Amino acid sequence: MLHINRNCNFVCKSVKQFRQLSIHVPLCGHRWYPDKEYLRQFFGSVMYPTPETDKYFRIIYSSQIRPVERKLKNMWINFGPQHPAAHGVLRLILELDGETVVRADPHIGFLHRATEKLMEYKHYNQSLPFMDRLDYVSTLANEQGFCIAVEKLLNIEVPPRAKAIRVLCAELIRIANHMLNVSGTILDAGGITPFFWMCEEREKLYEMFERLCGARVHCCYLRPGGVAQDIPIGYLDDVYELIHKLGLRFDETEDIATTNRLFYARCAGIGIVSAHDAMSLGFTGPMLRATGVKWDIRICHPYDGYDLYDFEGVVGTFGDIYDRYLLRLEEARQSFRIINQVIDTMPEGEFKTDDSKVCMPSRKEMKTSMESLIHHFKLCSEGYPVPPGFTYTAIEAPKGELGVYMVADGTSKPYRVHLRPCSYTHILGMSVMGPRLMLADITMLIASIDVVFGDVDR
Amino acid sequence: MSLAKIFSVSSRVRASGASSLVVRHAQYSTPAQEGKTEKVYPPTAPGFKYVNAEDPNMTMKALTDRAAQTLFWTELARGFAVTLAHIFKEPATINYPFEKGPLSPRFRGEHALRRYPSGEERCIACKLCEAICPAQAITIEAEERKDGSRRTTRYDIDMTKCIYCGFCQEACPVDAIVEGPNFEFSTETHEELLYNKEKLLSNGDKWESEIASNIRADHLYR
Repeated sequence: MLHINRNCNFVCKSVKQFRQLSIHVPLCGHRWYPDKEYLRQFFGSVMYPTPETDKYFRIIYSSQIRPVERKLKNMWINFGPQHPAAHGVLRLILELDGETVVRADPHIGFLHRATEKLMEYKHYNQSLPFMDRLDYVSTLANEQGFCIAVEKLLNIEVPPRAKAIRVLCAELIRIANHMLNVSGTILDAGGITPFFWMCEEREKLYEMFERLCGARVHCCYLRPGGVAQDIPIGYLDDVYELIHKLGLRFDETEDIATTNRLFYARCAGIGIVSAHDAMSLGFTGPMLRATGVKWDIRICHPYDGYDLYDFEGVVGTFGDIYDRYLLRLEEARQSFRIINQVIDTMPEGEFKTDDSKVCMPSRKEMKTSMESLIHHFKLCSEGYPVPPGFTYTAIEAPKGELGVYMVADGTSKPYRVHLRPCSYTHILGMSVMGPRLMLADITMLIASIDVVFGDVDR
Repeated sequence: MSLAKIFSVSSRVRASGASSLVVRHAQYSTPAQEGKTEKVYPPTAPGFKYVNAEDPNMTMKALTDRAAQTLFWTELARGFAVTLAHIFKEPATINYPFEKGPLSPRFRGEHALRRYPSGEERCIACKLCEAICPAQAITIEAEERKDGSRRTTRYDIDMTKCIYCGFCQEACPVDAIVEGPNFEFSTETHEELLYNKEKLLSNGDKWESEIASNIRADHLYR
């Protein structure tokens, strides 16, 4: 009987006849009792509740009214893609236990432009402007990675002046990137002032890029085989003047933020990632170095003549947000050192390789020499063929390792390009670093891992 | 928090802990010299520099100094002072529509089609700009004229597709299409940004003096 009660609970509730059933059996053998066959018809749904049935009398056998069972869930929130602290179009799905993050799940893809696929349909030189649009805070470093990859495939050597100009560009953009990131970290911690100072200085840097190539951000200045144009006369003096005074702004920012107890409390010990985790997550650049791993491609695998300059890679100690902040400040100061050395030792000579099958002739040559004009037409209309082969070329972009994997099939268009972005692996580390932090620390963490969504989504 | 910071052995303490355990990830040992390992911290590796690697000085004097600094808010006062000093500095902003930032001769702005001094248009419809344009923003159609010269009948640039890379002016063998110094050409509709030949030529007429002087200023590098 109990068994029946449990199984056809609903039946018991709603079928009146059931009340007359009794387990006291008088001695009358001919009397019929409900058997299994009979009861089977009441299994399953025999009746659906309607507002009418709710008014029926219900029997509660246990004489206990059980409380309604409610399910408790952690709170899920969408952080972004329109959140101003998300530094772009990051959609971060956070599971919150109170204010503590239980799970952080970054969703990406809001800025996907299929750059890699697009590159398969463009000549090598035509793909160059797309590289600017990857990590649009450190444009020239991206171009450098692409150019070195193409040069490796072409097996050409760049003249020393072009290398020095490239190093100059890459370090200037590294400073610009770290200025934005450092001041952005302080901004997310609540200090808005250094952000304005740094924006002012970045504007000056962008003006320098504008003098170099005609565009402030999307420079499109480097070319496979060198650079597009020589640096203007007096440019290096102005760079020196700028760099000379830039250190002061860093000092001011450090005065405001580095020892500030509020900033320290927001940064120190938060967002820690261990060296082991960092390596297995594929972190590179400041994110990896902050954990104490001595890995800087400029030092470990020098490219573009970085071995000629005396500078130090910067390594952090704890791998937390505060270390990354200090590391980026120090790395920018090391960039000052490199730039000063570049200015001192800028070699004379050609600014692009003299291989006329690869590099465009100068305007003067093009207008006076028939052969150059033919080269000009060939290079503009169908580019240059690149011998079959593949390369993985990595450079130390400000945010980490920028890898360009490129397969050439002998035509003037790459067969396949894969870009290994640095922000992509770092943003995926959110799911490892994010849990067990407070909600407010997540914004600091996003700021300190230095994501740019052009780089994440490509 | 600040008290914990002053008196703690580790320089990194979080009072209410997301992650209370803080580990130094840096390696403690340098490469072994003749079999014995010497623990040096921070390790003196060539080419690398550590930030934030020193433990705080725990002598009584240093502790007292730090306590006093915390108590008297010296670092906050210094920050306020630095900020205050900026009030007396020249502002970095400019009064935009009336003042404008500097532009170099190489600036890549709005496109223009140039003419020869005789008034004849330069473009010979070689279509190099169309070929090299990475965004495929340029459309050219050409026909032979009655006098036998080859000129365009249609020269359209979709300025909303254009990425201002400057490849078109680099490709042009007769300096016809240039990216001029104008950067104030915003419009209210998309259609206004679909430039045709007429618009580009009128741009060229309008900006010819600036464009010519820019090219002259940059002639050393061309």
